[in-house]
Amino acid sequence: MILKLKNDNMLVIKNLHAEINGKKILKGLNLEVKPGEIHAIMGPNGSGKSTLSAVLAGKEDFIVTEGEIFYQGRNLFDLNVEERAKEGIFLSFQYPVEIPGVSMINFMKTAVNEQRKYRSLPPMSSGEFLKYMREMKDLVELKSDLANRSVNEGFSGGEKKRNEIFQMAMLKPKLAILDETDSGLDIDALRIVANGVNKVKTKENSVIVITHYQRLLEYIVPDFVHILYDGKIVKSAGKELAFELEEKGYNWIKDEIGD
Amino acid sequence: MDIKKTFEKYIDIFEKNFSNVKQHESSSLYKIRTEAYEKFKKHGMPDHNDENYKYAGISEICSQDYEFSLDSRGAIVDLNEYFQCEIKDLDTHIALLSNGEYYSNNKPIENIGEGVIICGLNMAINKYPEIIKEYYNQNAREYDDSFSELNTMFAKDGLFIYVPENTKIDKTIQLVNLIHGFGNKNIFKRNLIIVRKNSELSLVICDHTLNNSNNFVIDVTESVVLENAKFCYHNLQKEPNKTGVINSHFVKLNKYSKFDSYILSFHGGIIRNNLFVKMIGEFAESNLFGLNLTDREQRIDNYTLIEHDVPNCSSNELYKGILDEQAKGSFMGRIIVKPNAQKTLAYQTNRNICLTPEAKMRTKPQLEIYADDVKCSHGATVGQLDETALFYLKQRGINEKEAKLMLMFAFANDILLKINIVPLRERIAELIDSRLRGEFSACEHCLMNCNSR
Repeated sequence: MILKLKNDNMLVIKNLHAEINGKKILKGLNLEVKPGEIHAIMGPNGSGKSTLSAVLAGKEDFIVTEGEIFYQGRNLFDLNVEERAKEGIFLSFQYPVEIPGVSMINFMKTAVNEQRKYRSLPPMSSGEFLKYMREMKDLVELKSDLANRSVNEGFSGGEKKRNEIFQMAMLKPKLAILDETDSGLDIDALRIVANGVNKVKTKENSVIVITHYQRLLEYIVPDFVHILYDGKIVKSAGKELAFELEEKGYNWIKDEIGD
Repeated sequence: MDIKKTFEKYIDIFEKNFSNVKQHESSSLYKIRTEAYEKFKKHGMPDHNDENYKYAGISEICSQDYEFSLDSRGAIVDLNEYFQCEIKDLDTHIALLSNGEYYSNNKPIENIGEGVIICGLNMAINKYPEIIKEYYNQNAREYDDSFSELNTMFAKDGLFIYVPENTKIDKTIQLVNLIHGFGNKNIFKRNLIIVRKNSELSLVICDHTLNNSNNFVIDVTESVVLENAKFCYHNLQKEPNKTGVINSHFVKLNKYSKFDSYILSFHGGIIRNNLFVKMIGEFAESNLFGLNLTDREQRIDNYTLIEHDVPNCSSNELYKGILDEQAKGSFMGRIIVKPNAQKTLAYQTNRNICLTPEAKMRTKPQLEIYADDVKCSHGATVGQLDETALFYLKQRGINEKEAKLMLMFAFANDILLKINIVPLRERIAELIDSRLRGEFSACEHCLMNCNSR
C-alpha cells in the first residue's frame, strides 16, 4: 500500500539518522520541501551535506538507522536508486564519474527512454532524440562535441559540472539535488550553470542546492537557507541567511548554538 | 581416461599407423611427422606440473576418450547448401573445413590475383611440394610445444593460402570450421599461410560446431609474413561447453611487415590459445588483441610469446576478459627482447573483470629484456565493475541490468575499436552485445550470422 501524505509536499524528511562504516553522520535531520521551492543547504566541511544527497539518491554505502523520508507522499526507502530517478529525483554529482567507452549519446538516450518507458511513453526515435538533445545542449551552453565523447571522459572540472546540468535539462526532474555544483567553477562557468538551472526550473519542480558558499545563491535564488551542522539542521531562514554566513563564517553558528 | 592414457593412446596410434613411410603423403612428411613424434614422446602430454599449461585444464580434457579418425570420410550433405555464412555488408570468400578437412565442394576461390593459391593443405602438399618444403613446420618446429608436436604427427589437412609478391587481396577470406556428426571427435587441423613481399591478406576464422558432442580440437596455424607484407588475422571462437580446444598460431615476421591478431572468444568449453610471434626483420610491427567473454564453467587461457630478435620492432598487446559465474581464465604474456634488439617498443596490457566471487582469473606478465635501449611496459588488472560508475548510471534511471551491460560493453569496446574492417566490427559489436545479454544461444548457427536452410 502506498501511504499518501499531504499532496502539497515534495519532500519530507523526519528525524533522519544515517551512518557510513559505523560512523554516525546525520543525527536527526528534518526538512520539508514544497513543489516549486528552492532550498539551499549550507554548512561546514563534514557536517553531512553530501551524506544527505547520497541518502536521497539511494547510495547503498549509507545506512539509515532512524527516521523517515517521504517523497511525493511515498516512502522513499521503498524505491531503489533507479526507481527514485524515474520518479524524478536527480542528483548533480559533486564528482561526476568518468565512464570510458560509454558515449554521452548512448547514455542519455538509454536514460531518457528508460524514464519514458516508466511513464508509459513510447521511446524517442533517433531523430527526435538528437533534436531534443541539441535543444538542451544549447540551453545549458554545452559545447557540441562533448556529446560525442565518452561520459565525462577527459572533461575539465567545469565541463563536468555543465554536463550534469545538461543531463538535468534532458531528464526534467521533479526534485533536483545539486551537490556542490559550484565547486571548481570560475565565475563565467558558474553563471552558465546557474542559468541552466533557472531555465529548467518550473513552478512545479523543486531544487535543493548544497553549497559552501553564498556565491551560487546570487544566481539561483533560494526561498530558504538551512544551515547543516553536525548532522542536524540548526538554523533555517530566508536568503539573507546566506549573506550573514558569508560575512560571519561558520564559527558564528557554533557560538550561537553553544557548541 | 586420463593424461597418461591419452598420451599412450597417441603414441600407440602413431606407431601402428604412421611408422611406415608409405603411410604418408611423401617422404618429407614422413620425416616431419616422425621428428614430431620423437619430440612428443620425449616431452609427454603437459599436465598441471607444466608451468605453461598449469591452468589450462588438460586433465579435464583428457578425462574423456575421443574418436580418432584415420580416414577421410568426407561430408555426406552438401555443406554449401546447408550452410551459408554471411557478414552483412562484408564481401568475403568463404572456405569450409569439414571436421578438419578442406571441404571438397568448396566453391572455388578464383580471380583474386595472379598466382594466389587458396586450397586445402592436403592438396597443397601434393601440388606445391616446393612451397611446402620451404614453409611447412618451419615455424612450429622451433618451439617445444607438445600439442603442436601432436598436431604435426597427425594433421593432414586444413587451409592453405599463398599470396605471391605485390598482391593485395581486397576481399577478406573467411574460413569456417565446421564440426558435425555423431560422437566425440578428435580433430587436428593445420593451416599454412604465406604472405609474400608487399602483399596483403585479411583472414577471418570462425568455428561452428553443429553437433552436441564433446570434441577435442588441436589446431596449428603457421603464418609467414614476408618483407613489407601485411596480415590481419581474426579468430572468432564459440565452442560448446564441453569441447576442448588447443589452438596454436606461429607467426614469423620479416622486415617492415605488419601483423594484427584478434582472438575473440565468445563461448568456451575449455579453450587454450597459444600465440607465438617471432620478429626476425627490423621495423616489423605486431598488434595482438584478445577478448574473452565467459560464463558457467567455461575456461579460456591465452598464452602469448613475442620474441624481439632484431632491433626497431614494435609489439603491442591488449587482452581483456569478462568472467561471469564460475568461469576461469588465465593470461600469460611472455615478451623476450634479445640482446641486440635495441629500440624495441613492447607494450602489454591485460585487464579483466570478474563479475562473481566464484569467477577466477590469473594473469602473469613475463618480460625478459636483454637490451638496454628499449621501451617496454606491462600492466595487468583483475577487478570488478566500477561501483561508482554503476551508481551514476542508475541515478539517471537506467536499471541495474542495463547499466551493467553498458559498463561491460564499454569495457569490451577498447578491443572492438581496434578492428579495422568496419562491417566486421559492427557484426562483432552485435555479437558482444547479445553475448553479454545472455542471448547467445539464440544464435544457433555460425558466429557470423549465417542462415541455415
